[in-house]
Amino acid sequence: MDDMNPADIQGDMQEHTLNLYECGPRKVYTVDREIPFPEGKLIVSLTDTKGIITHANRAFVEMSGYEEDELIGQEHSILRHPDMPAAAFKGLWDDLAAGKKWHGYVKNLRKDGAYYWVYATVVANVRQGKVVGYTSVRRKPSRKKINECITLYKELKDAE
Amino acid sequence: MPNNRKYNLTVSPDFKPDRIAGWYIFNTWLQKKTGLDIHLELYDNFEEQRSAIRNQQIDLIYANPFDTAMLVRELDFKALVKPADKADEAVIVCCEDNPANCIEDLREGCRIIATDDPDINMIGMRMIEPADLDDSNTTTTQVANYVVLAKRLISGDADIGFFLKEAYDDLTNITKRRLKVLVTSQISVIYHSVLAAPSLADQYESLSQALLNINTDAKGPGVLDALGIKGFEAMSEEDAEFMIDLMETLRD
Repeated sequence: MDDMNPADIQGDMQEHTLNLYECGPRKVYTVDREIPFPEGKLIVSLTDTKGIITHANRAFVEMSGYEEDELIGQEHSILRHPDMPAAAFKGLWDDLAAGKKWHGYVKNLRKDGAYYWVYATVVANVRQGKVVGYTSVRRKPSRKKINECITLYKELKDAE
Repeated sequence: MPNNRKYNLTVSPDFKPDRIAGWYIFNTWLQKKTGLDIHLELYDNFEEQRSAIRNQQIDLIYANPFDTAMLVRELDFKALVKPADKADEAVIVCCEDNPANCIEDLREGCRIIATDDPDINMIGMRMIEPADLDDSNTTTTQVANYVVLAKRLISGDADIGFFLKEAYDDLTNITKRRLKVLVTSQISVIYHSVLAAPSLADQYESLSQALLNINTDAKGPGVLDALGIKGFEAMSEEDAEFMIDLMETLRD
């Protein structure tokens, strides 16, 4: 996956290098600016079984800061924020492979380096008995839960 | 090809009471267009309707999206069409003098009033999550319809109400002036649909074509007007599966 472009970042930025599963290292830039979740909306995306984005709804495009054609064909980890510990995604693939739903609070990284928090739910798309992809729906989380995750995820990151 | 069987059509019980005549007009029109003998059976509530569906008493249904998973995945119904430009959206409303101005202003113990409309209630429960509210720290009173819901809300019997947006928009201006919208969903991809049972398998194509071409039929526009629908759009198997997966993410 391509590195983020510093020219896209607005404000004082920090540079990080992520080691993304199956994508290798990616240089990302962050700024300390939260974008509020849009009221009443759901962020919806579909991926294939390898996590490649095949559909992004309008709310996803707007919140990510990318154009739709920049998202389609990319790994979902294009949104991975360096503050997210690997342990936060623990169980995601195991749960999905077992036909279970996965829920989690996630801090997502935008193209402009800002971030937004979501409560994400992922389900497998089962067609004729086979998993053909995944639907991810993100909704607005409570501030209390976000604050709990900020503390927990920092502890988990420090322990990595 | 028409046959001599009798079929049962039913409609999601969340339709507006003033559309009852419209569904009878629709059924008469559909019988003429397809040559099928179709009986319209309306149910007072979702539980009665689900029981009839499970007892294989229903062949054709204008289904609530909440029931689409059961109909398609468990009972092998086929999605035929969906109404054009008519997604189900939910509105959370409080009384005009309630100090709350957004969902985050709501507190534990919040009293909810709702109908038995399952998709709207599910969306409503998801939209109060930003205030850390759920089944465990709220109470819900169920009422028969949205007009009663508005009256009870204004009377102070509840803190918030879950409305189908279309039903809220249809309230009188006098009623709406006494209410305050806290949030409106903008999901766009949850909608009712016409589904046919395997008993109609040899009629899927003729039913779909009749409904898709309703706008060009001489009596079609009058039927649509009676239903409050602009027309029908094709709904593929994958369209139905996409909505079912999305609804699944919202169940908890």
